[in-house]
Amino acid sequence: MIATTTAVKAPVIDWSAMSPIVALAGGACLVLMVGLLRSRFVRSQVTPFLTLVTLGVTAGLAVWQWGENVQIVERALAIDDLTLSLTMLFVAAGVGAVLMSWRSTAVVEAGEGEYYALLLTSILGMVVLVAAQNLVAVFVGFELLSIPLYVMCATHMRREHSLESGLKYLIIGSVGSATLLYGLALVYGATGSTDYAGIAAAAGDLTDDVLLLTGVALVVAGLAFKASVAPFHQWTPDVYEGAPTAVTAFMAVATKGAALGVFLRLFDVGLISLSTTWGPALAVLATVTIFVGNVGAIGQSSVKRLLAYSSVAQAGYMLAGVVVSTSWGVRATVFYLLVYAVMNLAAFAVILARERETGLGDHISALYGLGAERPLLAWPMTIAMLALAGIPATAGFFGKVYLIQAAVDNDYGWLGVMIVVGSAISLAYYLRVIAAVWMRSSSEAPARPLLPGTGRPAIAGGSEEAVEPVRPRVGVQVELAVVAIVCALATIFFGIYPDPLLNVAHDAGAALRSLV
Amino acid sequence: MTIHLSILIFWPLLLAVLAGFSPRGVAPFIALLGSLIPLVYAALLIIDYDTAKGGLQYVTDDKWIPDLGIRYSLGVDGLNLWLVGLTALLFTASSLWNVLQPPLARAKLFSVHFGIAESAVLGAFLAQDLALFVLFFDLMLVPFYFLLGQWGGPERVQAAVKMVIYTLVGSLLMLAGAVAVAVLSSRGGTPDFSLAFLRENLLSDNTQKLLFVAFALAFLIKMPAFPFHGWMPDAYRNMPLPVLAVFSGVVSKVAAYGFLRIVLPLFPAAAHDWQVIMLILAICSILYGSILAFTQTNLRLILGFSSVAQLGFIVLGIFALDPSARGAQGALLQAVNHGLVVAPLFLIIVLLAARAGGSEDIRDMGGIAFRAPVLAALFMIVTLATLAMPGSANFVGEFLILIGVFNSKLALALIASVGVVLASVYALRMYIRSMHNRVGPAVTSFDLSLRDAVVIVPLVLAIVAFALFPQRAINAGAPAAQSVSHSASGAAR
Repeated sequence: MIATTTAVKAPVIDWSAMSPIVALAGGACLVLMVGLLRSRFVRSQVTPFLTLVTLGVTAGLAVWQWGENVQIVERALAIDDLTLSLTMLFVAAGVGAVLMSWRSTAVVEAGEGEYYALLLTSILGMVVLVAAQNLVAVFVGFELLSIPLYVMCATHMRREHSLESGLKYLIIGSVGSATLLYGLALVYGATGSTDYAGIAAAAGDLTDDVLLLTGVALVVAGLAFKASVAPFHQWTPDVYEGAPTAVTAFMAVATKGAALGVFLRLFDVGLISLSTTWGPALAVLATVTIFVGNVGAIGQSSVKRLLAYSSVAQAGYMLAGVVVSTSWGVRATVFYLLVYAVMNLAAFAVILARERETGLGDHISALYGLGAERPLLAWPMTIAMLALAGIPATAGFFGKVYLIQAAVDNDYGWLGVMIVVGSAISLAYYLRVIAAVWMRSSSEAPARPLLPGTGRPAIAGGSEEAVEPVRPRVGVQVELAVVAIVCALATIFFGIYPDPLLNVAHDAGAALRSLV
Repeated sequence: MTIHLSILIFWPLLLAVLAGFSPRGVAPFIALLGSLIPLVYAALLIIDYDTAKGGLQYVTDDKWIPDLGIRYSLGVDGLNLWLVGLTALLFTASSLWNVLQPPLARAKLFSVHFGIAESAVLGAFLAQDLALFVLFFDLMLVPFYFLLGQWGGPERVQAAVKMVIYTLVGSLLMLAGAVAVAVLSSRGGTPDFSLAFLRENLLSDNTQKLLFVAFALAFLIKMPAFPFHGWMPDAYRNMPLPVLAVFSGVVSKVAAYGFLRIVLPLFPAAAHDWQVIMLILAICSILYGSILAFTQTNLRLILGFSSVAQLGFIVLGIFALDPSARGAQGALLQAVNHGLVVAPLFLIIVLLAARAGGSEDIRDMGGIAFRAPVLAALFMIVTLATLAMPGSANFVGEFLILIGVFNSKLALALIASVGVVLASVYALRMYIRSMHNRVGPAVTSFDLSLRDAVVIVPLVLAIVAFALFPQRAINAGAPAAQSVSHSASGAAR
């Protein structure tokens, strides 16, 4: 008896380090179950509330675990400050998405429980992805993040564009996943290890190895799909435009964070010894992304498409932080991600509010006259646009300063210049949005929606259920105004006193010990 | 360590926010209060500044963002003392004008942007940290974008976008340049943006040459100088005139000041290498600006192109780099002078247009002086100051600038002195065509009302006072200008 009990060695589970992940998984299950209850009140009010509670608990646990920097599950996951800081970002994006979804059609059509459970599952996938130190864990996280998003994009079921968006994302996302998987397999084949530490140890002698380099190239391509880095960005405008705006906001902020998080850890830990090889390649990719994104955004008349291209450009800026492969670069990227989240959430909240108020969809004309009629929405939009352009006194300014510092510090000065040139181009479209808000009157806006697909039935001549009922226009929705105003205030606050965010970024950068 | 300069900078911003939350009728008065207190403060600074001691005074130096090496550092010395005074004066005049004239549409919002603009300009003048300077310099553009885009003329939106894109291309390059200076100067340590540190740790000559371009471009676009003035005609045609008075009077001076505060001390070797090119650009600005000012018929554009010419003189003085630093002193004096004359001129355009049936074209004017003797006299004084009549402070400024250039580059000075003659041609043409000549068809002339006189007379008095006593400004500026200019000319030896 005694012999058998000693032979069975229970694995040590570090529950405290794992607690944020457990909280998310548990919360997702709970929300799914509660969503099955019949009461309308429970479904429409309690499930979002429980989702918010889950996110709050996750954030609390992340704060509790701050600075512990432990590796769990046979060192497959690192719950360090980089993971936790990005977890905060995902939670913030999640809270924003819940508030934006709260009274939306998409959620009712998809079923509240399922919708919010998918949201939490996706966040769970993101946390696993950025914590992963093992190729298998990377792929698990990657899929766990993607699959719920494919569904969520299509939740606005009576809009053709939403369905199209979901399908498009599914197909392109699968191609990305397949590419990534192939790349991971080749990396494993070349180095004989799925563990980042093992890969790093083996890769030092394999700097010219074709198998490894092909693997790395495919991994870059696979991750670039998710981060919408050019030339793998083509899905972004279509999917962003078609998806329900709350989901778009979530994707723009959280998915971008997750994809760049995995870039940081994989390239700055696992493949750090190859940095002279992938560094210039990623730098070129970043430059292409900056230009494609900024130039693509100029002609857009749909604000969501415009922000989609802007998010492509922003991915390019942040990739610059990965390229420099210093602790400084990690800090700059994390800082920019946090800032980027706040400014984008403000913009999307305003777009959603106008979608519901005007019935013009996300066409730029929905913003006409906003300054005169709804200053409480106009100012957040203005601040968000100025911050995205990197104007001083907003957090976006310091984000750019930090990235340029990191670039110049590691002899990528030209990349800093590219960031600057990109920002200069970006003004052309950010200012167009601001001009629509302040310098046009709402009487100039068309009476009918201009964009195809807004409010049209999914099937021409289809059944009664296929036709979306015409909803009455609504006034200011408090939760959207709150999201917009809080995010705008945060943008200004961190533009004047960025220290709190800088400290977070500093700890996150210190977590990757392989860097100087 | 004092708090005075912080109050000076942020008081307009504070009252701007207050104006945003106040009733519509009160907002312009709050905005006026927002610029009046800084004027009092600036006057006290000018009186209290210890010229004998010199150097930076009223210094505020606090850590702000240690991770990025940015300090909250402000200070006054001979370079910015009088420019701060000019800023406070012109903003006060302009907001007084807004209180007295018929109320604007959306006056609250106007007051908000106006206050932000004043804070940003004052901040740019007072910053003693490179990042802080860049921050205020870029921020300056935002309120003017809104003021032009919302209250401007018929093509306001396009003009505003054009202005922002033009000037921000330069400013963003400067941002990259500033970061590069700080990172490279710290040689591996935490970057440090403070100007004092950067002056002590100069970069290698080749790096200086590159970074000089980024800064010079930003400042030349902002001025604007030939050939970077493409945004100017549209912006000047459409900007509301009280805003244009401060914009032309003050914002272009920030750029000139930037050369003295940042470029010469931080890139002395590069300044020496680029000297001839900068001087040639300055001469092009003078000649091109003067000739275009002579051919334009829109009063705003006459003044706009004359500003291009005047700023050409200022650049000329800055890059004279003569041993006794006369050029830099003259440039500094001329920066204040030009601000003082151009602001009342833009306000006078409003009055002329009101007498010429709403047109701002000199072909529709003429004969206005006949029934408006007081206006004509005031206009005359300002015009004579503009063309640098001997006896005006502008004469002293241009004289010093030309002496400076004569001492360093004789041939270029000879060409530049043509500009002095051209200035009298376009200035007198503007005056004669509008005030004398045959009475225009739509002209109904009447004299200056008390409401307009309250703003314009003090400005003209300021010009006269400055013409009589320029010595105080010259004395304050001389040591600062000399140390700046010497660092650059010393680099050559």
